[in-house]
Amino acid sequence: MFYREAGQFKSSYAADQGLFPILQDKIGVLVILAGAFILVPLVATGYVIDSIITPVLVLSLAAMGLNLLTGYTGLLSLGTGGFMGVGAFACYKLATFFPGVNIIVLVICSGFFAAAVGTFFGLPSLRIKGFYLAVATLAAQFFLSWCFIRIPWLYNYNVSASIEVPTRTLFGIAITGPTATPVTRYLIVLAIVTVMTWIASNLIRGRIGRTWMAVRDMDIAAELIGIKLLPTKLLAFAVSSFYCGVAGAMMVFFWLGNAESESFSINQSFLVLFMVIIGGLGSLLGSFFGAALIWGLPIVMRNLPLVLGIKVTAATMEHVTFMTLGILIIFFLIAEPSGLARLWQIGKQKLRVWPFPY
Amino acid sequence: MDLAYKIFLDPFVQMGTAPDLLVQTLWEGLVAGVLYSLIALGFVLIFKASGVFNFAQGIMVVFAALTLVGLYEHGIPAFLALALTIVVMLGLAFAVERLVLRPLVNQAEIILFMATFGLTYFLIGFGEIVFGGEPKVMISDQLLLPSGSYSIKMLGGFVQMQKIDIAAAIIASLMVATLAVFFQRTRIGRALRAVADSHRAALSVGISLEYIWVIVWFAAGIVALATGIMWGARSNVSFALDIIALKALPVLILGGFTSIPGAIIGGIIIGVGEKLGEFYWGPLLGSGIESWLAYVIALVFLLFRPQGLFGERIIERI
Repeated sequence: MFYREAGQFKSSYAADQGLFPILQDKIGVLVILAGAFILVPLVATGYVIDSIITPVLVLSLAAMGLNLLTGYTGLLSLGTGGFMGVGAFACYKLATFFPGVNIIVLVICSGFFAAAVGTFFGLPSLRIKGFYLAVATLAAQFFLSWCFIRIPWLYNYNVSASIEVPTRTLFGIAITGPTATPVTRYLIVLAIVTVMTWIASNLIRGRIGRTWMAVRDMDIAAELIGIKLLPTKLLAFAVSSFYCGVAGAMMVFFWLGNAESESFSINQSFLVLFMVIIGGLGSLLGSFFGAALIWGLPIVMRNLPLVLGIKVTAATMEHVTFMTLGILIIFFLIAEPSGLARLWQIGKQKLRVWPFPY
Repeated sequence: MDLAYKIFLDPFVQMGTAPDLLVQTLWEGLVAGVLYSLIALGFVLIFKASGVFNFAQGIMVVFAALTLVGLYEHGIPAFLALALTIVVMLGLAFAVERLVLRPLVNQAEIILFMATFGLTYFLIGFGEIVFGGEPKVMISDQLLLPSGSYSIKMLGGFVQMQKIDIAAAIIASLMVATLAVFFQRTRIGRALRAVADSHRAALSVGISLEYIWVIVWFAAGIVALATGIMWGARSNVSFALDIIALKALPVLILGGFTSIPGAIIGGIIIGVGEKLGEFYWGPLLGSGIESWLAYVIALVFLLFRPQGLFGERIIERI
């Protein structure tokens, strides 16, 4: 039960730079992963997986992407929804052109399209900073949204202007499309998110992440110590958009099943930004917390009157949810401006010095 | 070649052959621009004095307009309703200062920005519960705003000008002039500029931050009310209006976050550019380019002046 690093001596640099320097962390993560891979599919119902767990995972990945850009490199972006859309539509087109290729490969590939688009729209970041940049990225958001509606080629000239996910299989089991079970889709999403989180955590601990953080803290100073600003910022945009693109593709292929441009609107961008801020800027773990909170709150709010036995109309409930969400956002910002990840850290610190706090 | 002709030559030929249509388009752009500037003005006021990028300005416009119409529907005479709405906006300013800004003082800009998002959500939910979601008609007649239009004969054709648009332009210019005088000549205006320069220095010479913030948010509320009335008179008052906040953002970066004249000139550039683009180049790309054209115009300006046309120069020191 004791969360202590006492007695855990590192005898090599490799051990010192390990991903989990404290043994308890490593065990904890393994337990959580085992639970997610084994216990959840056994226990949770299809409804819970489809409406809560899978969305939270997918949105966490998008939030992680934005966090790499905003939290680690200090570039505020409101184009997340657009970049997610690029991933989704790219994946759809790829699936149309290459029906034989495994869909997971295509989902990852579509991230590269999003990365290319993101890099292009990241170009102004060299000259523009702060809120000016945020508004500039809105240009990307609106332009991309417009493309998703006005270019029929993107949705294969479908009359409803939406993309329908075809059925694809892995080892003979349907993993996308209407016949795939929630559990298989959940497991695929979980696997991709786990691997990409691992990559991201190594990225930010390494040289690249350090250059990003140097740029975030002060870009002029970073330039003076020999960091090239343009490649660094563009790389941040590329990696961030890659994550968002993969999240967007997964959102359509493994969660929604079909989507139109409305799914990637400006509101989506704002939602992901909320997750990043509430979860904690500059924390991968925070992205998960933020996504869970922002996605979970409205669901809890909607079900609360049913549980309490109060009768309200759906419309009123919707408005009350909006109001409460607004209040809670302000409350969380006031209570802990550094986000939920900071609360987690404080908790861990308390655990380390327990039972003799100083 | 054909495409180049359509992009670079054809629109100008059209402009030359039908100058009355061009004037009409320019006028419509000007009017749209004035309305954009009004919203941008609300943003600039708050950003100047508290460094808060107030995303809630758009919803404040809707909220003010809905309060006005809602009060009138409850049988309160129009001008009394107007006065009461101003009182409500004052109450909102107090509430925002006390409940949102004061606990968040000295936080990073992005945190304050997010807090105004929370405020936006709250106001949307609150407004829908109190006033209902259905669109309402602005009480422009009762407020003695003119309706109808002038038809002016010029350049071999007719140019239609809505009277309400002319009134909007006049009111906007009056408001800007008043604000300019207020900022430059009065004691409070000087205090506002001092706070904008440095919170700490302003505090040390005895300026009360709380007081200043209430005044600024109240002023932004009044601007929001005027904007709401003008927009409402052109179309109905509903929550769909809150997207106009997004329309005002390019105006803001074009003119600079800290400049009142910038908001006006930026608004007019965006309004006119948008209408010209939509009318002459729109058919080439398919309609709906209005949604992003403004941002692209603003982006082009930004590449040459990163702080906007009239914004204060951003000076960074190590």
